[in-house]
Amino acid sequence: MKKNKLALFSAPYVLWMAVFVVIPILMIVVYAFSSAGGGFTLENFARIGDYMVVFTRSFKLAFIATAICLLLGYPVSCFLAREGPRFQRVAMMLIMLPMWMNFLLRTYAWMSLLENTGLLNRFFEAIGLFDLINGIFGTNLEYFKMINTQGAVVLGMVYNFLPFMILPIYSVIVKLDHRLIEAARDLGADSATVFRRVTLPLSLPGVLSGITMVFVPAVSTFAISQLLGGGKQLLLGNLIEMQFKGTAYNPQLGSAVALVMMLVVVVCMTVMNRFGEGEEQAVML
Amino acid sequence: MNRKPSLFSRLMTGLIFLFLYAPIFVLIIFSFNNSKSRSVWAGFTLDWYDKLFHDQMILDALYTTLAVSVLAAVIATVAGTFAAIGFYNMKKRWRTPLMTVNNIPMVNAEIVTGVSLCLFFVAFFNLWGDFAHWVNGAFGLQLPEQLYLGFGTMLIAHITFNIPYVILSIMPKLRQMDKNLVDAAQDLGCTWMQAFWKVVVPEIKPGIINGLLIAFTMSVDDFVISYFTAGSSTANLAMRIYAMTKKRISPEVNAVSTLLFVTVLVLLVIINVREARQERAAAKQRIT
Repeated sequence: MKKNKLALFSAPYVLWMAVFVVIPILMIVVYAFSSAGGGFTLENFARIGDYMVVFTRSFKLAFIATAICLLLGYPVSCFLAREGPRFQRVAMMLIMLPMWMNFLLRTYAWMSLLENTGLLNRFFEAIGLFDLINGIFGTNLEYFKMINTQGAVVLGMVYNFLPFMILPIYSVIVKLDHRLIEAARDLGADSATVFRRVTLPLSLPGVLSGITMVFVPAVSTFAISQLLGGGKQLLLGNLIEMQFKGTAYNPQLGSAVALVMMLVVVVCMTVMNRFGEGEEQAVML
Repeated sequence: MNRKPSLFSRLMTGLIFLFLYAPIFVLIIFSFNNSKSRSVWAGFTLDWYDKLFHDQMILDALYTTLAVSVLAAVIATVAGTFAAIGFYNMKKRWRTPLMTVNNIPMVNAEIVTGVSLCLFFVAFFNLWGDFAHWVNGAFGLQLPEQLYLGFGTMLIAHITFNIPYVILSIMPKLRQMDKNLVDAAQDLGCTWMQAFWKVVVPEIKPGIINGLLIAFTMSVDDFVISYFTAGSSTANLAMRIYAMTKKRISPEVNAVSTLLFVTVLVLLVIINVREARQERAAAKQRIT
């Protein structure tokens, strides 16, 4: 009786969710299946076929960025977990600090570094790298083309989302029971076996949550590809954005793209979590 | 695992920090550059900061950002607190599906949330237009027939994506709470309203404050969802920055970055020092 009364506290929010979460998502579904006139159509999905390149590019770049984040983030998380408590506190603060700065500014920072006349190219010139290369290969290189390439977009993704990989992995590893590792060693396991049979399986929840937190924003970004890809490396996010805010106004097509992207991501995540036995989510921080 | 950190591990950690911070430091250094160039140093100046504080668009954007963030954080915290208590006292059969819906804005790509709300608002405005037209005709009222995306829609969007985080930070505190406390308070003569204010709220207060802070920072930092729900007349700081980076190169952006970076740095240092001090005090208490 009393319990039910308190449960009613959530009634306004349930209504709010219905209006501002459920209905908007349903509207994406409805729009995806509508023509501009309002009738039912599958044409929007047929048109997605024209943008297959964008789909594959988005998933490819997001996959590469996630893999790099994992390769960098996992060892660093392990290393940090071994340090003293004071070192760890400062290191965690330093990793979180850039996250609090708007990601547009972080991306903008790379624009000035990667430009053809940017700092990195000037640095390479100053150390005589171009002269060296030109001397050896007889080329006429004046700068490395870095900005407006897929590499720059991946770099932007890694730079922006690396903390999202480190934090969940670190928070799982730091709580790991050392006695398990000692027990494994006592039972004759070498370092590689300890890692493969003990550390890795136990840190899997953190890894899975890190992968999700990097992959989802990476696959759907439009600002990073706009700033570092110069609008030449169109991603799914850019495609959607153009249908809603740009000159190519077509919310029906935009909805269809968003819906397909959402479904592919959900399928990927479900498969991955199955793979990891769907363990409890490692909550960030 | 508990071996001493090797030189290699220290080196790799150092390189990661270099990777994270070098671009930010370059950004900061060039905010003092006496030229529009982003790569050639032409002497020290504070001009860009001066320009920044006289740039009406930026000041407006800053005001919008703070107003939206404060309002959204406060409203989301109040709503989220009630919602969390409600969910906690619910039968599991109801709670599980509702929590799943609650998680949607957190797990969904931001752009999907933004676009879905954008579609919703536009469709609602169309319905409202017809409705207002009819009411005005039938009753001689002066309801606005044309509504636009703007501050209001952005605020609703922010509240919507903030509440799940508030709930997430309050739920663990509710689970830690002794279930008998509320019963005890009522046995001792509290009405259930008093029991709520005097027992439940103080117990979960750390979760509430935590939720408020998370909601505020999420709102200050948000770009994607605001971009789709604020329309063309309103802009928060992130939207303004996006427009600036897209259009022209101005070291004003660097100056904004520097100011934000320093603000966040100071806040984080204060929080960390306070936490460290509290932990040390707690440790001392345990010893004595």
